[in-house]
Amino acid sequence: MSDSLQVASEKAAEVPDTSGTRAATLADHVFRNPVLGPLSALVLAVVAFSILTENFASVDNFSLILQQSVVVGTLALGQTLIVLTGGIDLANGAIMVLGTLVVAKLAAGSTGAQVPALFAGLLVCAALGLVSGLIVSKLGLPPFIVTLGLLTILQAASRLYTKETVLVDDGPLTLLSKGGYLFGQFQVTTGVVVVLISVAVLHYALTRTAWGRHVYAVGNNDLAAKRTGINVNRVLLSVYVLAGVFYALAALQAFGRSPATSPNAFPTANLDTITAVVIGGTSLFGGRGTVVGTYIGALIVLVLQSGLTQAGIDPLYQNIVTGVLVIAAVALDTVTRRKAR
Amino acid sequence: MPLALAAVLLAVPTALAGCSATKTGDTAGSSDSGGTLKIGLVTKTDSNPYFVSMRDAATKEAKAEGAELIAKAGTADGDNDSQVTAVENLIASGVKAILITPNDSKAIVPTLKAAQAKGIFVAALDTQTDGNQGVDATWATDNTKAGEEQGAYVKAALGSTAPVLAMLDLQPGVSVGDQRHAGFLTGMGLTDDSPEIAGTQDTSGDQAKGQTAMENLLQKNDAINAVYTINEPAAIGAYTALKNAGKDTTTVLGSIDGGCTGVTAVKDGKIAATVMQFPSKMAVEGVKAAVAFAKDGTKPTVPASGYIDTGVQLITDKPLGGLEAKDTTWGLQNCWGTAS
Repeated sequence: MSDSLQVASEKAAEVPDTSGTRAATLADHVFRNPVLGPLSALVLAVVAFSILTENFASVDNFSLILQQSVVVGTLALGQTLIVLTGGIDLANGAIMVLGTLVVAKLAAGSTGAQVPALFAGLLVCAALGLVSGLIVSKLGLPPFIVTLGLLTILQAASRLYTKETVLVDDGPLTLLSKGGYLFGQFQVTTGVVVVLISVAVLHYALTRTAWGRHVYAVGNNDLAAKRTGINVNRVLLSVYVLAGVFYALAALQAFGRSPATSPNAFPTANLDTITAVVIGGTSLFGGRGTVVGTYIGALIVLVLQSGLTQAGIDPLYQNIVTGVLVIAAVALDTVTRRKAR
Repeated sequence: MPLALAAVLLAVPTALAGCSATKTGDTAGSSDSGGTLKIGLVTKTDSNPYFVSMRDAATKEAKAEGAELIAKAGTADGDNDSQVTAVENLIASGVKAILITPNDSKAIVPTLKAAQAKGIFVAALDTQTDGNQGVDATWATDNTKAGEEQGAYVKAALGSTAPVLAMLDLQPGVSVGDQRHAGFLTGMGLTDDSPEIAGTQDTSGDQAKGQTAMENLLQKNDAINAVYTINEPAAIGAYTALKNAGKDTTTVLGSIDGGCTGVTAVKDGKIAATVMQFPSKMAVEGVKAAVAFAKDGTKPTVPASGYIDTGVQLITDKPLGGLEAKDTTWGLQNCWGTAS
């Protein structure tokens, strides 16, 4: 049983290819290519809004949607890692925000202090990831509860640390907002390049390394993983710390988007990233999913936001559509999983 | 299967977009400049009735002026990122003007300046930006004055009785809360160090938190006879706590907002007096200015205070101490939101 699960998990982690080497049912196809569902949804949404609205299909607008994806996309990478191990992170936004506050306060009034401040922020985020990872792995507490507690603590800690909005000067911290042109008209900020590289690197690590296989194995069945000689605790710790590192990167992306931070920033980042993860085809039961899918999931939400704005539709409908997508994505996951067995 | 499912999922927004496309009568091939004037509105949230009434008034006014209003909102009080995204999307959809109630007065400034640089008229409603940067005009309530009027009424209602005051605040670091708090104390003739203040609690302007805060303050000091509240939901929560403690008839409860639920609470004798503000007026004035700007580039004149005051009005059925007040009948005709 555990062997077949492991095989399935490795299949799920494969780079999607549509070569169709063996005759397969559609469900099997989707099961092996979890990116197919979200990708079709994204393409359809883009095509629909391009036909229906005047300004959606423009080079500027597409470049804008990519810029809007950098923070939630980066945060969602860390969330995906944790969900793949069967956990969930409710504190990711709070970790990032505390990171941004530490960086902004330490860098106040001196561009020379920005790079060291950034490393301090990185340490804070990674350390907080380590804390959650230790409690989840060593004490065996449910991640939902651990990160809920951490969220509550960090929101208060951030407000005790500073009650004000803190601005940062133009410098290394705002580097990711800069950028040039690619393909003539298409403007791409450094932040967009960084988020795309982040997705690619993490995708490679998850699908092409032993560590990646271990992450999927732990998410599928941690007991079976333990019996095959995987150090489950170490894998969990590595995942939570790495997630913290991605949250620090998201903090840098956030400065690129807006050179200001406050304890009230990004209050719904945890739910937004879970939404992206789920729409992107990653299973909340762990062991199945891709970071590419997650990033596409984040893009789908932003495309809806942009398209509905262009169409002049009440933004509340965007929330309704997003909610429908979340439930439908989980339904798709459950159905294909059942059929594929 | 996934394609079919995705198609079904996308039928919803597509159908919606389809409806709107036919509704607004988009003529094929019409360019940006030839279409209707588009005005964007970004409120703090889309759940608070205060902002809903602002949005409704703006939508109605835009229609009357032959313009189209696109309404967006942030996700939560204090959250800047969602408003940045909203403003960017509005710019991309070709609006000529943006009206915004900033969630973060400092952090939103660069985004608004970028909009102005594109020749878009930007106005703040209800909440000023930091140093009034990045906006062409602001329509707002004088929150200090609103606090003063509440304080003056509570003082008059107490008469010769020495005040034992409970203060139900918003949350630290939000200018609206600080201004109302300070104004109230001025109206009472007190300062933050006055021994008459029995205690202060944060409520986030929320009914349930207002009740809990009042319960705790009554535990601390049961001689409380006057209560300042940041807004009507907090006041209604406080009233529940006072009633449960049997203190509702012996305590003067003041408030600010002018929502229909709050005015009804004044009418029912739960709140002694409230100070009404006029969100729909802010929205209407903002839309009018946007239309004028689109016509010939005129911008409204902003007074030295940095914002255009849309006024406040004391509402009570027991006018006291020569304070100018309107009764709840007038209040219910002019309130915002819907009475529950």
